[in-house]
Amino acid sequence: MMSAYRAAAVAALAALLAAGPALAEEPIKIGLVLPFSGGPYVPLANEIADSLAMAIADAGGEVDGRKIEVLRADSTHKPDVAQAMAKKLVFEDKVDMLVGPVGSNELTALFNFANQSKTPLLIPNAGDNEATGERCSPWVLRTSFSNDQIVREMGPWMVKHGYKTAALIAFDYAAGHQQMDGFKRGFVKAGGTIVSEQYPPFGPISDFGPYLAKIKEAKPAAVFTFFAGPPATALVKQFSEFGLKDQIKLAGAGWLISPLNLPGEGDAAAGVLGILNYVPTIDTPQNKAFQAEFQAKYHRTASEFAAQGYDTGKLIVAALAAVKGKTADKAALVKALHSVTVQGTRGTLRIDSKTNNIIQDIYIYEGKKEGGKVDLVVLDKIPAVQDPPNGCKL
Amino acid sequence: MDSGFLVLQLLNGLQFAMLLFLLAVGLSVVFGMMNFINLAHGTLYMVGAFVGFTAAARLGSFWAALVAGPAAAAALGAIFYALLLRRMQAAGAMKQVLVTFGLIFVGIDAVRLIWGDYAQTLPAPAPLSGSVHILGQVYPAYRLFIIALGLALALVLYLGLERTRLGAVVRAGVDDRATAAALGLNVERAFFAVFCLGCALAGLAGVVAAPVLEIYPGMDMTVLIPTLIVVVVGGPGRLAGAFVGALLIGMAETFGAVLIPDFASFTIYAVMALVLLFRPRGLLPARHAP
Repeated sequence: MMSAYRAAAVAALAALLAAGPALAEEPIKIGLVLPFSGGPYVPLANEIADSLAMAIADAGGEVDGRKIEVLRADSTHKPDVAQAMAKKLVFEDKVDMLVGPVGSNELTALFNFANQSKTPLLIPNAGDNEATGERCSPWVLRTSFSNDQIVREMGPWMVKHGYKTAALIAFDYAAGHQQMDGFKRGFVKAGGTIVSEQYPPFGPISDFGPYLAKIKEAKPAAVFTFFAGPPATALVKQFSEFGLKDQIKLAGAGWLISPLNLPGEGDAAAGVLGILNYVPTIDTPQNKAFQAEFQAKYHRTASEFAAQGYDTGKLIVAALAAVKGKTADKAALVKALHSVTVQGTRGTLRIDSKTNNIIQDIYIYEGKKEGGKVDLVVLDKIPAVQDPPNGCKL
Repeated sequence: MDSGFLVLQLLNGLQFAMLLFLLAVGLSVVFGMMNFINLAHGTLYMVGAFVGFTAAARLGSFWAALVAGPAAAAALGAIFYALLLRRMQAAGAMKQVLVTFGLIFVGIDAVRLIWGDYAQTLPAPAPLSGSVHILGQVYPAYRLFIIALGLALALVLYLGLERTRLGAVVRAGVDDRATAAALGLNVERAFFAVFCLGCALAGLAGVVAAPVLEIYPGMDMTVLIPTLIVVVVGGPGRLAGAFVGALLIGMAETFGAVLIPDFASFTIYAVMALVLLFRPRGLLPARHAP
């Protein structure tokens, strides 16, 4: 009697032990280090984080029985805080991978930490060429873009469409110069001439009056620019107010006429050209579903930042599925990120194992006034734009 | 350099100069009168812009901003004065600089708490949002409004200073405060009035600048240095000094930005150094300037 009872107890215990690990399985943890407060990128951080969470929820929120948990850490727009938050996420919360930052100012801090601690880091926005070029790391992958990748195809396109002379203007900082150099190389090679280059000091100064006077004097066929956020709105409006719009074609890296900026720019955005990795009007089932879901939830058009956040989430889920939810082997996780191809909001997406930068379609589009407001109409698509290694040896 | 460029740049320079004048005139006269330097003057510019932004958003009119911004700045200036600055008058320049410098940071954080850490924009009012043809160039109508407003206020202030009793007390106070007080003039009260008016003008500058620049916590820091340079270059204490100083610095900044871009950040400092070399008390100093 006693032994039968004991046998039953042992059997029950054994069953419990066997089932135990499955029941109490740790969730997969993804740590976001983004500037949720402080600095100009707060809205961008929220767009990225909300959309990334949306992508994971859309995929069922789990992989092979392991729940996917997203932890948010606020970098407050400061590199040292970003690094401290990354350390906390990795060492205390034991996250399996990191996602961040928004701006290049925090990139080096996160990059170095990920590289040293061998933690996979996915960059959901910052575009510094060197992060997936000369300085590339096996642990740092980019799901957004490199500065050069965005603008490279615009020079030849503009020459082909009859714009043979151009004036350049961008803020005087790394991203500004990388974007202008990327445009210039292709433009000059295709037979275009740069007639003026201006690099105002980086900052919130958004009185472009003096610079526009100089552009007008140079009489180019087109202006190519890189501005984002409020300075972009200011430039588009002032370009029109100073009467340049009737004589000169305004073009720029597409943030110039981002959906976040269009309401402020009004009619001045009509006729402005943009080149970017995303436009809300991309005509694919994946993008339409994404826009519908985002608009139902947040009552506004999802921006390119939201699209990057969503696609980052999609790539993560695909890679986690490829390793069947086993995240202990971080090198295998990175390998899985290289191996998967997803149909994202932006089109077909894949991370290049040679540079760790994403391979994606690039869109050329124009502001067109339709029914009282300006919409972005796609003019051209350059498929599968891939960065050359640029000194990266992976 | 073609003539179109010159016309546009002169207008741009004039427009920037008028903003600088609105900012510098209060600071300059107060400095000349009381030998008192208020580094938090820029804070009132920022507060004016933010209050104006809220007023315009609530009441749906830019003109509401143009009233509310300066009023808020004047009220805040009066509070500063009553709580802090009045007691600081005898404390010496170093303490005044430290206290008012501290106020700058309090101001930025307070604005962050109330309005958030975002850049806001205040669109120009509809009648002024287009462009006009002037001297063969297309120019934004709103910027012409800034120029006209600046010139009109300069004239009003000039007449006020030359033709009114308060103006006479202020001029006497600037020239020789002790004697003016000994003659029974209430220099203290005149000083308070001028201080508040100066604050209101700074708040007005904030609202007026908003459609051209942007509104954000810390916007005061970008105008503080050029404003102080205007006061120094013009010579503290006089309306005409602030006006001439603002014209000089406004033009130097506007032309420097595109003609010598590599030295654009230094242009206004170079101008100041040159002026101080030949006119150590500024271009048009008051007779008893400190």
